[in-house]
Amino acid sequence: MRKFREFFIEKLILICGLAAIFFVVLIFLFLLKEGLSVFGTVSPLKFLLGKSWYPISEPAQLGILPLILGSLLVTLGAAAISIPIGVACAVYIAEIAPLKIKEVLKSGIELLAAIPSVVLGFIGMVTLVPWVKSMFHLPTGLTALSGSIMLAFMAMPTIVSIAEDALYSVPKSYKEGALALGATHWQAIYRVILPAASSGILAAVMLGIGRVIGETMAVMMITGNAAVIPQSILVPIRTLTATIAAEMGEAVVGSEHYFALFAVGIVLFVMSFAINVTADLFLHKKK
Amino acid sequence: MVKFSIRALNIWFDAVHALKNVTMDITANEVLSIIGPANSGKTAFLRMLNRLNELSENFRMSGEVKLSRGNIKDMDTELLRKRVGMVFALPLPLPLSIFGNVAYGIKMHGIKNEKRQREIIKQALKQAYLWEEVKDRLDESAFKLSGGQQQRLCIARTLALKPDVILFDEPCSGLDPISTAKVEEAMLRLKTDYTIVLVTNNVKQAARVGDKTAFFLSGELVEIDKTDKIFTTPTDKRTDGYIRGKFG
Ligand SMILES: Nc1ncnc2c1ncn2[C@@H]1O[C@H](COP(=O)(O)OP(=O)(O)OP(=O)(O)O)[C@@H](O)[C@H]1O
Ligand SMILES: [Mg+2]
Repeated sequence: MRKFREFFIEKLILICGLAAIFFVVLIFLFLLKEGLSVFGTVSPLKFLLGKSWYPISEPAQLGILPLILGSLLVTLGAAAISIPIGVACAVYIAEIAPLKIKEVLKSGIELLAAIPSVVLGFIGMVTLVPWVKSMFHLPTGLTALSGSIMLAFMAMPTIVSIAEDALYSVPKSYKEGALALGATHWQAIYRVILPAASSGILAAVMLGIGRVIGETMAVMMITGNAAVIPQSILVPIRTLTATIAAEMGEAVVGSEHYFALFAVGIVLFVMSFAINVTADLFLHKKK
Repeated sequence: MVKFSIRALNIWFDAVHALKNVTMDITANEVLSIIGPANSGKTAFLRMLNRLNELSENFRMSGEVKLSRGNIKDMDTELLRKRVGMVFALPLPLPLSIFGNVAYGIKMHGIKNEKRQREIIKQALKQAYLWEEVKDRLDESAFKLSGGQQQRLCIARTLALKPDVILFDEPCSGLDPISTAKVEEAMLRLKTDYTIVLVTNNVKQAARVGDKTAFFLSGELVEIDKTDKIFTTPTDKRTDGYIRGKFG
């Protein structure tokens, strides 16, 4: 009887596991099948490097370079803001803050992580966008910069909490060893603790950026959605994610436009997959 | 000459009274061995001398510790720790190369000239009896060294700073007898230039290396005297018991 139960449970778990893998593969195949069909009408090179995205004009122009650059621009902007602040914040929490402040900050960060992205986008729309507009005397505040600032807020909780974990798990003895050699607290942090935690911190950064690249709603609300190649960070842009979200509803099933959106999905998938794998590599190097 | 003079020193960690009214002197250019059972406050005492205890938020103290007449409380911790080096129980190389480990401290204290750095590092590694074993692999990670070599690397790292005093906290507890012998040899040579305080769980080691020996029990300094005296005719019964117990 017990043997039978063991057997049953084991098989059940096996089936659940297989089902999960099966669905992932299915989704991926579906994405590939739908997405790759677009290359019957445009060449992959033209698709990736084409400068204009007019999916419903006659004939349709399906170049996603503006979208890729839009995504990269907001992401880089968000990284430039969130990485220094996030890592500094993690160092402060892990090493410098007194116990009470540490607790407060940690719950604050968790709270930030818990804000739904739509809400954050909404808040950004009514506060950040007007601010950017008047600050830089722009015709509109719906710009890549607004998107970057807001996405930085989304990446920050991930970066801070994972980087803080990495810093915290550096053996106490490294720090004591450095201090016993007459290092100041800052010298110990900079020369010993940060390098020892570097792979974990890199993973934190990667995961934070991964979150930024995949973000849709909030970016759509505040970046202006103009599918043109951006000349600066102060103009409206459109990201890959926003394009799919905004156009999928209108695209006729089976049309070129429809397949092109799936192909955009593949590009997005490849980008976030690459980032996640890189993050994983760093995390495992640590072990 | 007295290097450290300790008067009525009490240490608490929260409610734990880790050191009780300890008064003693540590003579320059001698090896002082400190023995005692677990939890007798040996490590707490050692970490008092370079103010490492202050890293614990629950640490409190009373009494005074003077290093060559200056109260250590009034000293800059970085300079104090440069003068009073410490080697820990577990060899703790920093996550750097062999060279980087020894260079770390001297770079930090402002020696930027590379030729000068190389000289100091070579000399320190020689003093720690490690030079011959590592001279061709200075750029390798310090973690590739054996445990005994790592411990001597930590000694070299401390020596490179040219301290006055070196504190050893059970430096041989994880080492095999041959590595232990090498570390002991290094300590004996070093005492001509340095003052050495050695905490050890190994009573025989205390007898081999110490000029003086102090016996701690539950935070009290039971007895401190010439090593010969402690090991032949100790004044206190408890010292006698501990030593005999250990000798079997
Ligand atoms: N940071 C700390 N926080 C709380 N209690 C501490 C701390 N450091 C030491 N203690 C306490 O102080 C007492 C003395 O500890 P200490 O480490 O000095 O013993 P020891 O003689 O070195 O023992 P061992 O031979 O096991 O190393 C112990 O009761 C210990 O629990
Ligand atoms: Mg100890």
